[in-house]
Amino acid sequence: MDKLIADLKAQIIEQLNLQDTKPEDISDDQPLFNEGLGLDSIDALELIVLLQQHYKIKLSNAEDGPKVFKSVKTMAEYITEHQPKV
Amino acid sequence: MSNDIYISGSAAISNNIVYKNGRSLFEQKAINVSEFLITAYHHFGMNYPKFYKMDAISKLGLLAAEILLKDGFKIEHYKTEDVGIVLSNANSSLDTDLKYFETTKEMASPALFVYTLPNIVIGEISIKHKLKGENAFFVSEKFDAGFMQQYVSNLFNNNILQACICGWVEVFGEEYKTVLFLVEKMNSDNAQLFTIENINKIYEIQNG
Repeated sequence: MDKLIADLKAQIIEQLNLQDTKPEDISDDQPLFNEGLGLDSIDALELIVLLQQHYKIKLSNAEDGPKVFKSVKTMAEYITEHQPKV
Repeated sequence: MSNDIYISGSAAISNNIVYKNGRSLFEQKAINVSEFLITAYHHFGMNYPKFYKMDAISKLGLLAAEILLKDGFKIEHYKTEDVGIVLSNANSSLDTDLKYFETTKEMASPALFVYTLPNIVIGEISIKHKLKGENAFFVSEKFDAGFMQQYVSNLFNNNILQACICGWVEVFGEEYKTVLFLVEKMNSDNAQLFTIENINKIYEIQNG
């Protein structure tokens, strides 16, 4: 899980062009939206793309979004649970 | 009451040089447009993380507007809805359209898609500077000083605007240039009348 969380932080920074942010600036439980990392609705769409591109996971139910993208930790938990088995 | 309108300032970016009122403020040769815009962003001490997410034309317009408005423009003299933006270019958002189209071959990028209209740069400048006045974006083969002078003057003469950022913002591949004018009803030191001749003179000087 630690490796997945570290990978996710790097991928989020790259995918969302957060060039002034370093992985260590993002804590595992920090909210990604609003008062946390301050992401917006377009960033949410990019996170959906990130899940598909890197983890082959399609977020089929949009209502799951706020729960899945609450923090890096919740994203990692969702990926662990839903990643296709090789 | 006089109907005179004045150019109270100008900012231009082309050939990796940033100008304000005809004077070179920053130069960084031998890097591409993307690197240059980021380098200039840091040079001028901007702190606006959303800048990194923008397409090239929005970065260019936002940077030029920042240079244009800093040290001189007294926004507190105006209601936010009285300050407008009128821009133009030749290639619309084609630079970003093509980059977006490339992503659709694998996975379409929402972050690029939102920049596939030329007037998005106006929105970005409006958000950054909290401007809510009339705005428009026109596409023409070349910068048309006559049209710009007539259109913007009409907005002033009908009391729709009291101040306006107008000009040219163009990016296509590695070719880019922007010249922005700050136009106001209020006269100020070193202001010039908003005439076609003065617009063309400033446009030509600041584009080498």
